[in-house]
Amino acid sequence: MIPGAFAYHRPSSIEEAVRLLSKLGEDARVIAGGHSLIPMMKLRLASPTNLIDLGNIANLKGIREDGAEIVIGATTTQHEMIRSDLLARKIPILRETSLLIADPQVRYVGTLGGNIANGDPGNDMPAVMICLGATYEAKGKNERRMAAREFYQGAYFTALEPGEIVTAIRIPVPSAGHGYAYEKLKRKVGDYATAAAAVVLTISGGRVTSCSIGLTNVAETPLWAEEAAKIVTGSTLDAATVKKAVASAEAVTSPASDGRGPAQYRTKMAGVMLARALARARERAGA
Amino acid sequence: MAKSQVSMTVNGKKVEQLVEPRTLLIHFLREQLMLTGQHIGCDTSHCGACTVDLDGKSVKSCTIFAVQANGAEIRTIEGMANSDGTLHALQEGFREMHGLQCGFCTPGMIMRAYRLLQENPSPSEEEIRFGISGNLCRCTGYQNIVKAIQFAAAKLKGVPYQEAAE
Repeated sequence: MIPGAFAYHRPSSIEEAVRLLSKLGEDARVIAGGHSLIPMMKLRLASPTNLIDLGNIANLKGIREDGAEIVIGATTTQHEMIRSDLLARKIPILRETSLLIADPQVRYVGTLGGNIANGDPGNDMPAVMICLGATYEAKGKNERRMAAREFYQGAYFTALEPGEIVTAIRIPVPSAGHGYAYEKLKRKVGDYATAAAAVVLTISGGRVTSCSIGLTNVAETPLWAEEAAKIVTGSTLDAATVKKAVASAEAVTSPASDGRGPAQYRTKMAGVMLARALARARERAGA
Repeated sequence: MAKSQVSMTVNGKKVEQLVEPRTLLIHFLREQLMLTGQHIGCDTSHCGACTVDLDGKSVKSCTIFAVQANGAEIRTIEGMANSDGTLHALQEGFREMHGLQCGFCTPGMIMRAYRLLQENPSPSEEEIRFGISGNLCRCTGYQNIVKAIQFAAAKLKGVPYQEAAE
């Protein structure tokens, strides 16, 4: 399969990339790892006439601490996230999630920015970023920040405006000793989730003191299961409370029926993934 | 569309060519450089038959444009044998352990296993299976591929290969 013809641009700064994007207009796309875009181009579902490669912009890469936040450059790959000691120490759910994305070859190339900005409901990082309360930095005519929880508007529709490029992802570091888990049901290595759940919580004296829950691929957008998280907060995660939280999370899903199963099944699996994620997050939480 | 000049190092040799921007790296390798060792299997970044080593990463060359690899250092199966013509430990392992039947996936498997062993010279069986999870083989059931990689890991470390008890 051969994509349609395009002109290729390889800017060396984000300013130059933004300038090119605004000059070339709607038929231009930015490309980072390309593992979402190139398959679409091969199937001619996308036919940009200009490709702006972000691969040569050094300061779009890297993972650093900035006060109480971790800042990850948009073209940082999943492989780099897996190998980051800083992330392993501070936000280990990102390593756990990265390891469940696609396969080793794809993770060497696939980027966090591409994963969160594409708006594909099957991508794993958006629900994790919603769970963590991350903020996305974008640059167009101006620079601005958008909350992950307000970024996703529909399948492949996001708050990103034409001419804007996501440059970094800022994540508030969860408190030390927090419990976390990303539970993903998939048919095989490399598959998108049938359903998946991200949980970050803190426990003190046996009771949940804070909790946040994100759900993947059970609606047109990633979901923040705010009500379910409220239900478990204050509880000891006893069976009755978990059951109530699971029912609440299931109620906010609206998955499609597709090759991964009928909608009703995927809703139930979202609940199962949530129950498992809550249990594993609890095991990992420091008391 | 105007062609772009690309230069890269492939199997230790510097190459400079003109390519259309839409040329995929696998097509560039196979059709312009006539390096037909890496195969096109699924053409949808699932099967791993087109895997090459690119700047220290295993990459599916059906899902990257040749222009993106401008300046890169690339290794394919043609660059694996030792300079005296003897086989690389991985090639030897696949032969000794019957790590292939039809052989279609083998070049991709070997290039992936090469990077895996660079990063982790003593992988467990589980780590090998996880490490090659982006490469599909429809013949072997993977058992002998895992053994071939274990054989190579032992040989590269200079220790005798011992088959795990069944």
